[in-house]
Amino acid sequence: MRSILNCTAVELSEKIKAGEYTAVEAMEAVFERIGEKEQEYHCYITLDRESALNRAKEVQRKIEAKELTGPLAGVPVAVKDNLCTKGVLTSCASKILENFVPAYSATAVEHLEKAGAVMVGKANMDEFAMGSTTETSYYGVTRNPVNPAHVPGGSSGGSAAAVALQECFMALGSDTGGSIRQPASYCGVVGLKPTYGMVSRYGLVSYASSLDQIGPITKNVADAAYLLEAIASYDKKDSTSMPDADRDFTGALVEDVTGMRIGIPRDYFGAGLEKEVETAVLAAAEVLKDAGAVVEEFDLGMAEYAIPAYYTIATAEASSNLERFDGIKYGYRTKGCVGLHNMYKKTRSEGFGEEVKRRIMLGSFVLSSGYYDAYYLKALRTKALIRKAFDEAFSKFDLILGPVAPSTAPKLGESLADPLKMYLGDIYTISVNLAGLPGISVPCGKDGNGLPIGLQLIGDCFAEKKLIRAAYTFEKQTVAKRL
Amino acid sequence: MSKHYETVIGLEVHVELATKTKIFCGCSTAFGGAPNSHTCPVCTGMPGSLPVLNKQVLEYAIAVGLATNCEITRDARFDRKNYFYPDNPQNYQISQLYLPICRNGRVEIETENGKKFVGIHEIHMEEDAGKLIHDEWEDCSLVDFNRSGVPLIEIVSEPDMRSAEEVIAYLETLRMLIQYLGASDCKLQEGSMRADVNLSVREAGTEKFGTRTEMKNLNSFRAIMHAIENETERQIDLLEEGKEVVQETRRWDDNKGYSYAMRSKEDARDYRYFPDPDLMPVHVTDAMLNGIRARQPEFRTEKIERYKREYDIPEYDIGIITETKHMADLFEETTALCGQPKKVSNWLMGETLRLLKEKNEDPEDIRFSPRHLAALISLVDSRAITGPVAKDVFEKMFEEDIDPEAYVEEQGLKTVNDEGTLRAAVEKVLAENPQSVADYKGGKQKAIGFLVGQTMKAMQGKADPGLVNRMLKELLG
Repeated sequence: MRSILNCTAVELSEKIKAGEYTAVEAMEAVFERIGEKEQEYHCYITLDRESALNRAKEVQRKIEAKELTGPLAGVPVAVKDNLCTKGVLTSCASKILENFVPAYSATAVEHLEKAGAVMVGKANMDEFAMGSTTETSYYGVTRNPVNPAHVPGGSSGGSAAAVALQECFMALGSDTGGSIRQPASYCGVVGLKPTYGMVSRYGLVSYASSLDQIGPITKNVADAAYLLEAIASYDKKDSTSMPDADRDFTGALVEDVTGMRIGIPRDYFGAGLEKEVETAVLAAAEVLKDAGAVVEEFDLGMAEYAIPAYYTIATAEASSNLERFDGIKYGYRTKGCVGLHNMYKKTRSEGFGEEVKRRIMLGSFVLSSGYYDAYYLKALRTKALIRKAFDEAFSKFDLILGPVAPSTAPKLGESLADPLKMYLGDIYTISVNLAGLPGISVPCGKDGNGLPIGLQLIGDCFAEKKLIRAAYTFEKQTVAKRL
Repeated sequence: MSKHYETVIGLEVHVELATKTKIFCGCSTAFGGAPNSHTCPVCTGMPGSLPVLNKQVLEYAIAVGLATNCEITRDARFDRKNYFYPDNPQNYQISQLYLPICRNGRVEIETENGKKFVGIHEIHMEEDAGKLIHDEWEDCSLVDFNRSGVPLIEIVSEPDMRSAEEVIAYLETLRMLIQYLGASDCKLQEGSMRADVNLSVREAGTEKFGTRTEMKNLNSFRAIMHAIENETERQIDLLEEGKEVVQETRRWDDNKGYSYAMRSKEDARDYRYFPDPDLMPVHVTDAMLNGIRARQPEFRTEKIERYKREYDIPEYDIGIITETKHMADLFEETTALCGQPKKVSNWLMGETLRLLKEKNEDPEDIRFSPRHLAALISLVDSRAITGPVAKDVFEKMFEEDIDPEAYVEEQGLKTVNDEGTLRAAVEKVLAENPQSVADYKGGKQKAIGFLVGQTMKAMQGKADPGLVNRMLKELLG
């Protein structure tokens, strides 16, 4: 059983199709692992062994009947709990959706099913994806797979930890300001945030509609490319999805960065960045340089405005997106109170956690009459300027290279005590969302305590293939060096 | 009243568009249906659902904008209007504030005092809300989302109207334009057209507007007239008493004939409007705009001119027939089938209007088809049925659009031209009415009319009156 868990997603599927393992064995191995680890690490909100095994049996039958032949057929996958899954609780880690069972699945989840991937369960996360540590979950914290005294990052902390702990072979996360890349970095796995519009958002419970994007969290870059290829699509049900984008990602799994121009923004290496992280990331740049890339430092600009712009736009959209959770149609409703507006107030006061309420209040404030121009409109203008700064950078470079986060995973409880500090931890990831760009986090080392460090590569819009190519090359080079 | 006052009125008119599906999802817009049977995750505000704009809504909104001489916004956008209410499943309504689809238009209206223009400030697209049902018996409230997401346009006028008559003329003009476009049936009673009246008064001759109120719940032209008169008086009374008009929203109670305050400006909500990030900006291309322009129908003024050229019917008839597109279409299609505009017009102007009035229906409610009206005309022309029979058949047709030919056949209503049968009837009438026979023979020519009538009655109207007349004269020598 141990060896099956060491497979990557693509390797596992090959072995299942070759008859070496079955999809059921893979799922059983995953649940055996969950049995050992879940108590301590708590990666999942919802697990249902029996139905997971039944789904695995059905997929196995289709594989044997050659109805399923794709590269991910038979692979157990974890799905972040803000993605709607038909008939399975989708709580967004919130009390307010403690009983919400969708009647439909997210488009990305449907694509996974079509590809023959088998859902293990619904992964833990920060409540409504608001947080950087997975500590704001109503259903309890997830712990870092390397050191349980630390956080796994967030908001897709459950997904990243489950991949790292082998409680699944791959996972879906969502990224609004770094929620795929940062936990991937903290947990030592690969996380890819696609270009805005690459993956349909239909069925993803919105946090900030203009920034949210679903993406893969996997053991290596190849798995990320395959998983992204499976879920990416133009979807008529999502007006913001892109009709004609190149979605052949696996074609970019080529170990060659010769002549690739990579820019390192000086702005990302200033105060606040931990020395060990800086060293690891700059060493990674050297690896790519040795492999033939042209690496150069430059000034990106606008970096210091990204956080205020992000927390204005994201909270504004969130304040509106979360209005539908009112106790009327679904989800939690308070007991025993008189009058409609009292019911609204009490339901929402009891149903939402502190961080969510903080962001709803921030967002409502910046949209209020009299403040709209001063805050929200100014943030939109800042967003446009950030995009312009990236456009200029991409006229010179194919990719931008930097850290994912200023530090490695903090200890549990450290971050929530100082939300502002937590927000500042998003500094290297959020401008990517504001500009709608793709970004990937790849493991590039460990700090003195053995906690993983992530390297971030950022591409121009719809340039995922360059991103994947460089990340794949880097991964191959470092694995070769380790051997 | 010591001073002269002027009433200043602007209107916000909501029109439900006649699309088959809702504005942001594929659900049916059909009226009725079991509660929540025309719903999906999108129009019930389920988590993770996303709106996608129905292109037909945009095309109708642009068509109405062109018909009201508006500028079309080439890069429009949808905004969210945030407020909590259970009939609004997302707790925000998708509407347009910052970049509405149409702006700066005007329509010409005509009242007894002549013609004038009423400015259109803007037209925007938005979604309708669901419907709350309060069950007092069970002490609970239920919500039906069938109407949630039904497309609306809101037409906001400038404060250009000065009387109830102008308001009615404006509404009738709008209604006619929109019906001609086929964009809506515009029925006030059924709520597919709703008007909110913004009204203020000021001393005649002053520039500055007075403080306005907004009147809601106006479900008929009559209610609008009545509410305007009532509100004008109420505001003048306040000013005369030295009090101030409070800016507020009022609700009209048509049964009681007065309005009461719903909410004042102080507790006006902050809707926190912002661009809806789930919807892309709406870009109106040249091709789209030209296409809609090319498909614009012939409106009333042009139609009247053409009728004058093409059909030999009185101008008065043309005026009435072109008042609604349905009537005009009926006229043109029937005329195309039978080639007799005057006769078609007579049926519409006479029996049709009479029955509409009698049954309290609108021309849009007419159910009979051009094919059947043309067939009826041809039955009369060929003398297959008599005029009185034709009126009875028409009444049946008006009610349920029966096929007149089949109906006449089934009911045995054909005119009797068989001389033997007719002669027998005439002889019987002569024998039963010796006094009239004597009168006629004594020189009273009028007496024959009575005898014709008696014969027609005996024949249940199915005889050719000309033939009866001739036969009577023959038998009376």
